[in-house]
Amino acid sequence: MSATTSPPRSSSFFRKALRQKRFTFGFSVTVLVVAFAVFAPHLSPYGENETAGPPFAKDGVFGTDYLGQDVLSRLMHGGQSILVISLLATLLGMVVGVLIGVVAAYSGGWWDEVIMRLNDVLLAFPQILLALVVLTALEKPSNLVVIVLVGASHAPRVARVSRGVALGIVSRDFVVAAEALGERRSRVIVAEVLPNMTGPLLAEAGLRLTYSIGLVAALGFLGFATDPGAANWGLMMKENQLALSTQPWGVVAPVLMIAIFTIATNLMADGLAQASQKGD
Amino acid sequence: MTQVATLPDPLEEVAPPRGRSGGAAWGLWLLRRLGLAVFTLWLVSILVFLATAALGDPVRAILGRDYDSNVAKREQLQGLLNSDHSVLWRYFHWLGGLLTGDPGTSLANGQPVWGQVSSNVLNTLALVLLSALVMIPVAFGIAMISSHFRRRRPDTVIQTILLALAGVPEFVTGILLVALFSTSVFHIFPAVTISSATGHPWDAPKGMVLPVATLVVAVSPYVSRIVRATLLEVLDSDYVELARLKGIPEPVVMRKHALLNAIVPGIQVIALQLAWLAGGVVLVETLFSYPGVGFQLVDAVRSHDVPMVQLLSMIIAGVYVVVNLVADLLSILLTPRARTAISS
Amino acid sequence: MTTTTPDTDHQVTPTGGLVVEDLGVTLTGRPVDVVDDIDLVLRPGEVVGLVGESGSGKTTVGTSLLGYSRAGAVISAGKVLIEDRAHPGAVRDVLKLSWKEVRQLRGEEIAYVPQDPASALNPSIRIGKQIVELLQLRGIGTAESRLQGARDGLAEVGLPNDDEFLKRYAHQLSGGQVQRVALAMAFLPKPKVLVLDEPTTGLDVTTQKMVLDTMAELCRSHGVSALYVTHDLAVVANIADRVAVMYAGQIAELGPRETIFAHPAHPYTRALLDSIPHLSQARALKGIPGRTPAPGARPEGCRFNDRCAYAVDKCREGVPELRTIAPDHDVRCIRVEEIGEWDIHRGTVPDSDPSKARDVILSVEGLNVFYGRKRVVHDVSFDLAKGEVVALVGESGSGKTTISRSVGGLHKEWTGAITFEGRELAKSARRRSAEDRRRIQYIFQNPYLSLNPRLTIEQIIKRPMELFGIAKGRQATDRVLELMDQVALGSGMLHYQASRLSGGERQRVAIARALAAEPDVMICDEITSALDVSVQGSIVALLEGLRKERGISMLFVTHNLALVRSIAARVEILQAGRVVEAGSVVTVMETPQEDYTKKLLSNSPRID
Repeated sequence: MSATTSPPRSSSFFRKALRQKRFTFGFSVTVLVVAFAVFAPHLSPYGENETAGPPFAKDGVFGTDYLGQDVLSRLMHGGQSILVISLLATLLGMVVGVLIGVVAAYSGGWWDEVIMRLNDVLLAFPQILLALVVLTALEKPSNLVVIVLVGASHAPRVARVSRGVALGIVSRDFVVAAEALGERRSRVIVAEVLPNMTGPLLAEAGLRLTYSIGLVAALGFLGFATDPGAANWGLMMKENQLALSTQPWGVVAPVLMIAIFTIATNLMADGLAQASQKGD
Repeated sequence: MTQVATLPDPLEEVAPPRGRSGGAAWGLWLLRRLGLAVFTLWLVSILVFLATAALGDPVRAILGRDYDSNVAKREQLQGLLNSDHSVLWRYFHWLGGLLTGDPGTSLANGQPVWGQVSSNVLNTLALVLLSALVMIPVAFGIAMISSHFRRRRPDTVIQTILLALAGVPEFVTGILLVALFSTSVFHIFPAVTISSATGHPWDAPKGMVLPVATLVVAVSPYVSRIVRATLLEVLDSDYVELARLKGIPEPVVMRKHALLNAIVPGIQVIALQLAWLAGGVVLVETLFSYPGVGFQLVDAVRSHDVPMVQLLSMIIAGVYVVVNLVADLLSILLTPRARTAISS
Repeated sequence: MTTTTPDTDHQVTPTGGLVVEDLGVTLTGRPVDVVDDIDLVLRPGEVVGLVGESGSGKTTVGTSLLGYSRAGAVISAGKVLIEDRAHPGAVRDVLKLSWKEVRQLRGEEIAYVPQDPASALNPSIRIGKQIVELLQLRGIGTAESRLQGARDGLAEVGLPNDDEFLKRYAHQLSGGQVQRVALAMAFLPKPKVLVLDEPTTGLDVTTQKMVLDTMAELCRSHGVSALYVTHDLAVVANIADRVAVMYAGQIAELGPRETIFAHPAHPYTRALLDSIPHLSQARALKGIPGRTPAPGARPEGCRFNDRCAYAVDKCREGVPELRTIAPDHDVRCIRVEEIGEWDIHRGTVPDSDPSKARDVILSVEGLNVFYGRKRVVHDVSFDLAKGEVVALVGESGSGKTTISRSVGGLHKEWTGAITFEGRELAKSARRRSAEDRRRIQYIFQNPYLSLNPRLTIEQIIKRPMELFGIAKGRQATDRVLELMDQVALGSGMLHYQASRLSGGERQRVAIARALAAEPDVMICDEITSALDVSVQGSIVALLEGLRKERGISMLFVTHNLALVRSIAARVEILQAGRVVEAGSVVTVMETPQEDYTKKLLSNSPRID
């Protein structure tokens, strides 16, 4: 009998995910939006702050905004900061949240109780509220602050989900077997527990990304952008709100971008969730 | 390959609860739960206070460049905030005020915060309750229709639409609805809540339609998906299968056996979403200039009005904790297994 | 294709009975047979045992009698004939009825008792209500008569029928009680045919006997014909009048109980019987090489030919017919006449010698184990010698698993002394020295949960070697291959992920993993309870070989007394956390002193 090698796990999961229509659609659109946000600034007809005509005029594809800047160009510039901040915030939230959740599940008993009670305190805040409360005392938010705030609001929710998943794994015999062999606790978490959580965690990450984008755009919409002059999809909505009836594109264009982006990431996340459920 | 069953432990024979001792056990459990909620709220208050008072200087934020020049204003604000006292003192002073009904004075207009907030609280409650009342039948209805067509075309289409809607931020759907129904396509509903003579937005109902619709669209998809998933899980379960094998007609199976067991997760999700609404109103009210707590909060944050922000966040967080508690309670009451577990 | 016997229709008399003709079930959308060519006759008042291992298709046949197929399969051929109540003397084909008529039929004429008792009842509805539900819907009787019928039914199955009991929810009953309620529910509308799908799996031996006796009595007194679907030949030997053995979707052999157990004709039946332990005598158990083929992957010709000890080239040429070799005895094999007689005493070996010298390696003294504040094991003492197997036997809740976990260091809330080679062991595995951890290895019950599904076989078996410094890298891989060979796993599986293996194969991997540490003691916690009986046989054979070659001692936890006879030298009988009786296997099982032991022995189903 010849030795057969099964393909490495990560690519087979990706392949499984690709078979979900939602994932392929969501993933491709997400990639498109990301590409747009990254590369479009180099292709914009006007500069980010260049005046292209009178305010709220109909010149250009989408008209001009409240300062007379070209909406299309601002649209092309406006995705970068949202993208970077959302991604980093998601990453932060996932790492911290998974750590908390898995350690709580694995430790069990008293530790689990304490960690989860503290977690509940953070959970008592709707995500936007936490950000707003902290922003009250600050003069002007920096990008780092926004990343930390959004990430910190994700962490307790991710912790709760990952604790749930980890609880189902930690009691399984193969984890007990590893402990009976005397494996180091850190090794048990990394080698036995976490690898069996990749599916649900990826799906959660997709979901968190969706919420990150929403939150960052919301903060922009409320006027808490870090750089008031720079193009920012969320901020653009607020800037051009007054002219919604006459020059809707100033608002609707960034709104549609956000909508498309979040729909895509959410579909992608759901596709990942479906793929992970069909595993094992 | 079907797995041969492993040996479970036989279930212990539990004597049903005798009246008095069961009641006492219930009371204890309730007390514990309440205590936990209060404890959580207390920790929340610490968090709120520290976040607003210890992370930066709100006086500096308000005055900006005038911080050094406008001494009189600065001292007035610092007086209102008791800045010369330690953080610990300030916290307990504030907490005491919160519990006795005097949660501070607004930095923006020098008036006590409580009076300014009370009417807005009512408005927000109206908005949230109305949205919930509309959302529940809509979500359950869609879920039941979808599960009726389970895994066939209509079901997949409905689910994909719900999924798409679920990820969109609520203010984005709000703007789209405004653009659609108010400003650009149709012109049916007002884009901004017109303040009525009595100060209650429900006296001008047309102005409430779009905010309510926005919240419903934001919250229903998730609830509907969960309810559908639970319905399907129950419909596939062994005891429902046995009911069919016993020859019980399908509608009765659906109603009596399936729905009953699907309601509990449904309630938990509804509660979660209601709690979420507590935060979701912030953006929606701002968008529609709806005179509620969320709108007021954003305004306060913008003007760095710390006492206002503190009170409003406590209110919102408080609602969140209470709604979760009620949801917990309901789900236990409706699950016989958990009910008897507590009594014994 | 069997020749239709002319008196088939006459089996279905006005008093009941059921005939299955040429039943076939295929997967939806694919031309793959799940089961095919099934012919069965159920006479009124008789119990027919349908026996098969996983993948035999027995459950599919069972539910087909109600015109029901699981999602993904469809009944594609055949007839299920039952008496037509509206027209006495005439028959109806269940599979041809409209779904409305089928619904009517289910519960009233053909009833079903499922495998998993807990999930059969709706957790949110009280017992009393569920029992009368069926009658209520059909509008049979009045509210009082239905309630009275429910009470009578409960009394018939030996359960209390007062209001308090009727008000209970499913989770407030024990497993045995739930199953008896399910039986009561099935019998209430007075059906003519009963299909039971392994209803006693997971129940204690004593409870099982009670449920079986109840069922047999009900069938006889009501003239009901029953089809008892199971994997447990021993159970069938005690209650069935006739037995049908299924393999890979077909009936391999069919005949009266005495004939099947005394003169089995089909090689598969014989192999099955060879792998079953007996209470009265130790046996060298054997398994069947290979595994049951899935639908679509079945071999050409006779479906058993790739695993059969008697296979010749002709066996691959065509599917054998089910032919009659004696009155009422049908076999699907072309070589029946050539393969000679079968002897039930074939695999008998002498019992272990109770007077053999013992070199004690592990001893347990005064063990008390706690869960929180509750004491579940009371003052247990026993010891284990080199190269010896000691069996811990008891029903659920006896504490046998708790004791084994404590010895293995998986559970740390215990007091007393566990001494290994003269040294006292620490309570939890983490606190013990690496050497002690290495030399005492633990194997779990459920092979589907005890291996990390993400890891490959190589990684799993290699890990203990790396951890205990026995071997590394290339050298370790070589040892892994050696071990795989010893546990009869093909070397090609080296890089398979654990999730690709069957239950029996996974358990072998678990054994190989334990062996990789080169232990002196292996604690086996019901390691064969989740496996088919033939797979159990091969695992036991493997363990016996290991014991003899390497001198490994074993603590073997089980609920199966017959298995104890074949595998262990000494036995500890446990009840409610206490040792009731202990000693050499021969002594305890031939001359039991305690009442509990006697009760266990008499309740255990036996085929010898």
